[in-house]
Amino acid sequence: MLVNRKLILAHFWFAFAVFGLALCLGAWQMFVRSPLYTWISNPEWYYRSLTAHGTVMGYVFPTLVAMGFGYAITESALQQRLVGVRWAWAGFWLIVIGAIMAMVPVALGRASVLYTFYPPLIGSPFYYIGVVLVVVGSWIWVALMSVNLRVWRRAHPGEPVPLAMFANVAGSYLWAWTAVGAALELLLQIIPVALGLKTTIDAGLARVFFSWTLHAIVYFWLIPSYIAYYVIVPRAIGGRLYSDTMARLAFILFLVVAMPIGIHHTFADPEVGAGFKFIHSAFTALVAVPTLLTVFTICASVEIAARLRGGRGALGWIRALPWQNPIMLAVAFSFVMLGFGGAGGLINMSYQLDTTIHNTQWITGHFHLIFGGAIVIMYFAIAYDLWPHLTGRALPNLALVRTQLWLWFIGMIVTTFPWHWVGILGMPRRMAYYDYSNPAIAPEALSVSLSAVGALILLASGLLFLFILIRSHAQGATEAGAYRFSMPVHPVRSVPLALNSFAIWVALMIGLTVTNYGYPILTLATRHDTSVPAVYVGAH
Amino acid sequence: MTVQDDSHAAAVAERTEKRWATISVIVIVALVLLATFAGLHQATMPQGRVETIDPTRLHLAGEFVESNLGTATEPDGSVTVRAIGQQYSFTPACILVPAQTPIMLRATSADVIHGILIQGTNVNTMLVPGYVSEQFMRFEKTGEHLMPCQEFCSFGHEGMWGKVKVIDKAEFAARAKNGGRLSCVGE
Repeated sequence: MLVNRKLILAHFWFAFAVFGLALCLGAWQMFVRSPLYTWISNPEWYYRSLTAHGTVMGYVFPTLVAMGFGYAITESALQQRLVGVRWAWAGFWLIVIGAIMAMVPVALGRASVLYTFYPPLIGSPFYYIGVVLVVVGSWIWVALMSVNLRVWRRAHPGEPVPLAMFANVAGSYLWAWTAVGAALELLLQIIPVALGLKTTIDAGLARVFFSWTLHAIVYFWLIPSYIAYYVIVPRAIGGRLYSDTMARLAFILFLVVAMPIGIHHTFADPEVGAGFKFIHSAFTALVAVPTLLTVFTICASVEIAARLRGGRGALGWIRALPWQNPIMLAVAFSFVMLGFGGAGGLINMSYQLDTTIHNTQWITGHFHLIFGGAIVIMYFAIAYDLWPHLTGRALPNLALVRTQLWLWFIGMIVTTFPWHWVGILGMPRRMAYYDYSNPAIAPEALSVSLSAVGALILLASGLLFLFILIRSHAQGATEAGAYRFSMPVHPVRSVPLALNSFAIWVALMIGLTVTNYGYPILTLATRHDTSVPAVYVGAH
Repeated sequence: MTVQDDSHAAAVAERTEKRWATISVIVIVALVLLATFAGLHQATMPQGRVETIDPTRLHLAGEFVESNLGTATEPDGSVTVRAIGQQYSFTPACILVPAQTPIMLRATSADVIHGILIQGTNVNTMLVPGYVSEQFMRFEKTGEHLMPCQEFCSFGHEGMWGKVKVIDKAEFAARAKNGGRLSCVGE
């Protein structure tokens, strides 16, 4: 029952449009910093582009996908019209206005501070205020998810919340809380300085605040993809979900443990002591658990589909899978990239190994593989799966869809594997230019060139994705039917209260944040000797 | 999939699932124990305490005045390197150290966030203005390493590369005989 299709389409289209622009910037960056580009380069333009790429890909694109998908889930899983449609449009327009407000100063070169802000570097206040508007717009969505669930509960007392909605609301709560870290940094620290009300800032405290957001934001990006694993994949390939309970447990674990682990981003920092770094390292290990559970449940669900199609043998069933189905292809690619990316993540998580690759190209390779690869390929799958229901028109050509997914997978591997490699060689990140004539850097030239080729493959795939979506609007009308989600093997009749509500888990999330972040933040915030002069960037 | 007894099938499914969950938890616990052991046994832990410093007064007095930057030999034979990062260079730009000697690196930033990474080693630390970073190092072999700034520090970041030169222990001792702070700038 998708009623507010225009709202959902608006979210997806704005998301994919800015994704297309940011993808072009990314490919250009890969090219100009590689040995393939031999003309004079201007680092100033590179950092404008890098700031825009990060801001769009980190804050705007995934947020809009999560929101659009969230509205689609609300209407189709709860079988009720979205409550608060006007608010939803208000949230959408706040994001549009915020994104434009942030991008104008970036394009003018007045906010080249990267999406991670890096105070004491300070750019135009419009950049930060734009980002805040984006976050505020998304918080409206969080509130709406909660309100819609409440409305449904009142009409269905005691019934299990449909898994898709349960996971969706968990993701929205995670986002609401994890965005608070960056919001505090922006509102209390950066914006007063950017507006000229203050001239000094505690850079260490800012880094701790940002780490609060920086890790769990990745799980916010990831949750739509995980929802797709659980509620789209088994249905799309003709199988059943192996376990509804385990799925709920996985999302609850994400909600609780994705948050209090962000200090692992400051392993190499002087403003946090060793004790809290160790605690966060151990908690980071925990967050691998829901992913391991997911891998099991989804593989088992896929096996069910294969066996229903006549697959036999310990591994022979893999051949019986519907490989022509784009969703099957997407989930397989996603899992391969998640496997490599996750293994890399375990390396980053342990302090001893992290020192070798901290802030090298390894890290860039790592999060592009996880986010750009494993997560974004599922965004494509979500769009392909939903599109006929939103437009009332079929996708133009499945072979084209498969080609697009193959190109994205190949492109991501070709881009990120050499990236990891040069990281191990010690190549630092965020550099506009490398002197490949230096004998110590020359061996990295081939790898960087390969990465640039991978980026061009990704660009081709991304443009093909947009082409397919645009073309589908011109297809003949089709009746896509109701938008459904996968059914578990064993029907869910009742669910324990703990797996059907959020109060206790949200309390735990906040409690763990207070124990894991309270002391480091308080000690830094109460010191008076740590504020340093702001360094303004760009033409003023 | 012929399921005669649904409740039996559900029990089997649950048992398999539990087994997998147990294995997952064991793997994660083992990894944490491994990291803890390596941290304690090989003393590869992050710097223990937080130390602050006023970046606007680095050049006026204290540990990081210009004349004190570089490599110093301590009375107990150990070696301390003091360095600062600023947009867009390190001081000293070339750090001279002896091989096979425990060395303490103490560094900070004079303006924005920078980072020190010594290629071919696992020496890697952030420089955050207002705070002092400390890291132990030991170089087994003589030779040269590039030392790029590993954190975005504005438009000149890509040009911020320093160097570390590791020389023979005896040669270093000879050069350090007259005291003072050593570096390989201009060599």
